Amino acid sequence: MSKINVIQAIRDALNEEMAADERVIILGEDVGRIGGVFRATDGLWQKYGDNRVIDMPIAEAAIVGAAIGAALNGLRPVAEIQFADYIHPAFDQIVNEAAKIRYRSAGGFHCPIVVRAPAGGGIHGALYHSQSVEAYFCHAPGLKVVAPSNPYDAKGLLKAAIRNPDPVIYFEFKATYRTVEDDVPEDDYVVPLGVAAVKRQGRDLTLLTYGMMVHESLQAAEMLDKENVDVEVIDLRTLLPLDRETILTSVRKTSKALIVHEANKTGGLGAELAAIISEEAFEYLDGPITRVTGPDVPAMPFAPTLEAAFMPSSAKIADAARKLAAY
Amino acid sequence: MAELSKDELLEIYECMQLIRTFEDRVSGLFAEGKLPGFVHLYAGEEAIAVGVCSHLTDDDFITSTHRGHGHCIAKGVEINPMMAELYGKETGSCKGKGGSMHIADVDKGMMGANGIVGGGGPLACGSGLTAKVKGTDQVTICFFGDGASEQGTMHEAMNLAKIWKLPVVFVCENNGFAESTPVGYHCSAKDISDRATAYNMPGFTVDGTDFFAVHEAAGEAIARARQGEGPSLVECKGFRYYGHFEGDAKAYYTEEMVADFKKRDPIGKFRQGVLDRNLVSEAELDKIDAQAKQTIEDAVKFAEESAYPALEECLTDVYVAYA
Ligand SMILES: Cc1ncc(C[n+]2csc(CCOP(=O)(O)OP(=O)(O)O)c2C)c(N)n1
Repeated sequence: MSKINVIQAIRDALNEEMAADERVIILGEDVGRIGGVFRATDGLWQKYGDNRVIDMPIAEAAIVGAAIGAALNGLRPVAEIQFADYIHPAFDQIVNEAAKIRYRSAGGFHCPIVVRAPAGGGIHGALYHSQSVEAYFCHAPGLKVVAPSNPYDAKGLLKAAIRNPDPVIYFEFKATYRTVEDDVPEDDYVVPLGVAAVKRQGRDLTLLTYGMMVHESLQAAEMLDKENVDVEVIDLRTLLPLDRETILTSVRKTSKALIVHEANKTGGLGAELAAIISEEAFEYLDGPITRVTGPDVPAMPFAPTLEAAFMPSSAKIADAARKLAAY
Repeated sequence: MAELSKDELLEIYECMQLIRTFEDRVSGLFAEGKLPGFVHLYAGEEAIAVGVCSHLTDDDFITSTHRGHGHCIAKGVEINPMMAELYGKETGSCKGKGGSMHIADVDKGMMGANGIVGGGGPLACGSGLTAKVKGTDQVTICFFGDGASEQGTMHEAMNLAKIWKLPVVFVCENNGFAESTPVGYHCSAKDISDRATAYNMPGFTVDGTDFFAVHEAAGEAIARARQGEGPSLVECKGFRYYGHFEGDAKAYYTEEMVADFKKRDPIGKFRQGVLDRNLVSEAELDKIDAQAKQTIEDAVKFAEESAYPALEECLTDVYVAYA
């Protein structure tokens, strides 16, 4: 065991997978000599060389498209998009090529790519360094989407994603990069895709969340604990496909569901979660399915006051949980 | 140089010096922890923005980049609101909503700095199309970096501008690096302006640290655009003094490179050039230097004394509001 942060966990996962499987390569802007703007690939170019850690021009469609082509021909590329906000030039390649190639080739082609993208706000990055874009990709069958909240999961999910034969979009909440540390085993392990984690057991209310908001939610749960409201916090970890069993088992137990995400509300993951719960556990519910999310505005505003207004926080989550628990 | 009057030369010097003073001060403010977020500084590239924009009026349009402060100042955006925008204050050009990377000013034809690399190319074509449809003589300038020249949008835009014969000038600011990646690695062409041949438009490479070279090439390209002769590509080769963003460790800069930057300083060169030819006096230039400092200090004071936007502002400007 050693105590590492999220960025180190990602780097360790990349390094170990590259050492174990020479089909694993990395492509992205400034990932080579400099080791990435967040240092996620620090030292890997020095170790694995030009052929396996490849600096790319600023051309996201080509970064992901080349990764897809390489995957179809037998490699296991990990593409880095510098910020999730810049994934959109590659949207067509991801959604029209990666997500559909297995289906359209009737299972002939595998597309084992991972697209890593730092997401989320809380770092004063303003409109184009703060977006949470996971919902767009959760609407695309053929993709898998993961969003770890801590170093253990970051490492285990990335290893699982690299070994997975299908395309995985891997969102890293950059606000967790250096703020969250864990004891992480040095031995090889994976965190299976599609399995949520119950971070805190509770009787009164189920709180469903992922990424940076897991930490705000756990804090909110501690606040409510003092008020005798017992919150069960579930870290979804994989957003597509969702772990319906864990979600529904918890909601059937607590009869109340609170969903928290940073992305804006309309058409967000919370909408899908709410629909699943109403379809599958309606008769168990004792209160309205409630969402605490970013507001429906085009992007993160820059001013610190406005960023704070945008971001869900432990206080906002606790308020919503209190109201829901009162039903 | 001959066709510029003394007043014009002084104005040009003032504008370049304002940009430099703004950027140096912002670097200091950032280091003091006074500015949230990311700032990308334009110091070293002043001759490009000013060499191009000195041909424009408020009716002309520009699209800018993440490194946009110089474009803003050269296009006439007011300094106080710019500085306040960097602080995220309610008196900022965009009420503190955008920050350094997204300063826009409708009245000045400044279509916005842009956090998306390559985002401006197609927008410039659309703006050019408007001028063509309406029959005005407005020109749109698209500033973009060497790194941006690899983005698909830029290629789509240059092709479109040519087939529609648009009044658009593509100004590539080649400062040698896209973040840490050298242009010699990321670019297939020897000179980025070589790509103009493929789009069948005039293309030139000029020394982007030489105001007069930029001014002349841009002047010709803008005149062609105004006369309905279509787009051009002007590549300006230069450098940026600071890192990609403030806080960048700049591991990709060597000592020799930095020493060479100082020798090629665009403001130093301009100053020497006009003094050598006795076009202006040293005292006149020194006075401008002092004024620029004062202007920037006033802007810092203005920004620091301004308030942060109220929380409700988070929810406004999503759709049009009818008063
Ligand atoms: C679509 C997109 N991809 C990546 C980035 C991250 N990024 C911001 S600036 C930059 C480098 C731009 O280089 P260049 O166009 O040469 O402009 P310079 O910074 O040199 O002025 C990169 C990669 C971005 N902002 N947008």
